[in-house]
Amino acid sequence: MLKALQLEPEKCTGCLQCEMACSYENEGVFNPSKSRIKVFNFHHEGRFAPYTCTQCSEAWCLHACPVEAIVVNEVTGAKEVIEDVCVGCKVCTIACPFGTVNYNADSGKVMKCDLCGGDPACVTACPTQAITYVDSEHTGLERMRSHAAQSIPQN
Amino acid sequence: MSWQRKILRVNLTKGTCEPEPLNMEWAHLFLGQRGLATKYLAEEIDPKADALSPENKLIMATGPLTGTMASTGGRYSVITKSPLTGAIACSNSGGFIGAEMKQAGWDMIIFEGKSKAPVFLYLENEKAQLMPADDLWGKSVWAADELLHEKFQDPLVKIACVGRSAENGCLYASIVNDRHRAAGRSGVGTVMASKHLKAVVIRGTVGVGNVRDPKAFFKATSEGKKTLADNAVTGEGLPAMGTQVLMNVINEVGAMPTRNMKEVQFEGAHKISGEAMAEPRESDGKPNLVTNAACFGCTIACGRISTIDPQHYSIENKPEYIGASGGLEYESAWALGSNVGIDDLDALTYANFLCNEDGYDPISFGATVSAAMELFEMGAITLETTEGLDLSFGSAEALTKAAELVATGEGFGKDLAMGSKRLCEKYGHSEISMTVKGQEFPAYDPRAIQGMGLGYATSNRGACHLRGYTVSSEIMGVPVKTDPLTTDGKPELVKAFQDATAAVDSTGLCTFTTFAWTLEDIAPQVDAACEGGWSAASMLEAGERIWNLERQFNLDAGLTKADDTLPARLLKDAAKTGPAKGSVNRLHEMLPQYYALRGWSEEGVPTNETMGRLGL
Repeated sequence: MLKALQLEPEKCTGCLQCEMACSYENEGVFNPSKSRIKVFNFHHEGRFAPYTCTQCSEAWCLHACPVEAIVVNEVTGAKEVIEDVCVGCKVCTIACPFGTVNYNADSGKVMKCDLCGGDPACVTACPTQAITYVDSEHTGLERMRSHAAQSIPQN
Repeated sequence: MSWQRKILRVNLTKGTCEPEPLNMEWAHLFLGQRGLATKYLAEEIDPKADALSPENKLIMATGPLTGTMASTGGRYSVITKSPLTGAIACSNSGGFIGAEMKQAGWDMIIFEGKSKAPVFLYLENEKAQLMPADDLWGKSVWAADELLHEKFQDPLVKIACVGRSAENGCLYASIVNDRHRAAGRSGVGTVMASKHLKAVVIRGTVGVGNVRDPKAFFKATSEGKKTLADNAVTGEGLPAMGTQVLMNVINEVGAMPTRNMKEVQFEGAHKISGEAMAEPRESDGKPNLVTNAACFGCTIACGRISTIDPQHYSIENKPEYIGASGGLEYESAWALGSNVGIDDLDALTYANFLCNEDGYDPISFGATVSAAMELFEMGAITLETTEGLDLSFGSAEALTKAAELVATGEGFGKDLAMGSKRLCEKYGHSEISMTVKGQEFPAYDPRAIQGMGLGYATSNRGACHLRGYTVSSEIMGVPVKTDPLTTDGKPELVKAFQDATAAVDSTGLCTFTTFAWTLEDIAPQVDAACEGGWSAASMLEAGERIWNLERQFNLDAGLTKADDTLPARLLKDAAKTGPAKGSVNRLHEMLPQYYALRGWSEEGVPTNETMGRLGL
């Protein structure tokens, strides 16, 4: 079964535990600026929203890469950056319609979510289950369930 | 070592920013943040210095766990000498700027001297620069925050800023970060403005690494998070209702200071409670509360994000206040509500917005307005004195107008900006100022919670609930239930809470974790992050060391045993209603025993033996 990250902004409190978990997993430091997942604070609305790569089936970043540094992990379906191959040309950052591939000036390479090889650190870290790792064919299941609940007869 | 081992020293007189190594010997004795910065301040300034002179210094300090994945590890504190009390000031804040300072590679920033013209500090990793702030001076915190975000074109810079109240010398001005979190008490913002320092802007991308034992750290912090999630207060009460979960509880036990502490229960408490904030209002069907929100790294998320009723009189023709911002906490709801006899939730929310917008402490502000209302009731001040402001208890219009006047420093706002003590002295009735060491009381009446009376009288920063929150034990039964109406065992309880809190405040963690955590939960997290062999016992000893260091600073500043007291109202006028009806606070039964337990003389001075034992 292919799994996917399910993001539910209505559950997010903006604590950034996911950003710290991501940066520690990938860089060995607590450093939100190096996180592949980002939490946005919409102050005026009083809302928070986590956002990261959705692992497109036909990934623009992968197709745009001139050196084939972005490859598909056959187990997780993640589009992964092979750092040794990446030349830091940033074409993928332009190609991605969602902005989820970004340049890391310290390494000179690009970085994006790779689902941590199938055990995403952000999911483990999130205290409110705003980020979960579920069957990729059923990311809408919980939302369907809550709407279904409204249609059942009340005792 | 989760210290960055680096301090930034900013000399505002000379306009220089110099890095220097953190004194690691002191870090092993005083941990970080509150403790360590107090050590620096005590070593570097004359405690008798005028708090608003260039001789005073202002330190922004993180703890070793700030900026890490430990839950609530996003705190920072501002340490300086207080212009309100003349004692040590230490104000703690959450939000995101503390973690950002740490992410930028710094443990602390020490500001010294005074700039000729207004400036702000821009700190991006190792790059530190003072920049002109002429265009920001005279602007509110919110306006300056917006201008700075526009200037740097970077939504991720974090900003701490003082408002117009601080510039105008309001003695309880705060330093507001991230728009609605604040180092709120004791006038730390007033000191910042006195140095012509308008703001601190930080962007940090270095990160926090070098955790001593990563495996042990993840184990300890994960276990800690689970304990917080499973606890009824930190896992349910605080996320759902924030600190406002307390409004009805404290009112029921008759510990709700009301109308300048003349009464101990407020008939309108339910209208300004956490429950009321969740009720849909008539005008647009929405509740006051939009959502809860977390500070950096916090898995509790007690923060309130609120809106004001768009139909409310206070924001008529003021579209800038439509939209969400930091909402009422229990302390602000009490200070702007019960203590002034007002039950209009939207008026309170508006006044609270102004406290954030122009940077002043809602506790001291509300308590000063309540004192002014009592003076008005007595006839000691009149409509002529207040320039037409009808300061009757219960008047929401008076509260919202007073908030506007303190924000801008106009009219009677100048008198209100002095704080309760100086206001009451000015009008010849110092007996009705509800203060300790010149700082206004928070929201727990010590006639109904005896231990809090001792805690207030001996708090090193004047009346304060956060130096030793024995409400936990006396009302909530955490970690053990004690009878709030007895003084038995309270000196021991108060000392234990004060020492433990001083240690927690020095780690980078939030004191609210202690509803679920003891030092036994916290020490393994600190120890896994830092060298020094930290245990619950060594942390408690560090806490006691910090407490005595603060005490010595205050004694050197000229405070004495005579300052360890409460207003006569709380010692002589009995509570009129509730479970504590007929009670006064019996401080005299507790204070001598407390001094003895602390190893202090009968004059409240730490003995040489005590100082030696603590390595001071």
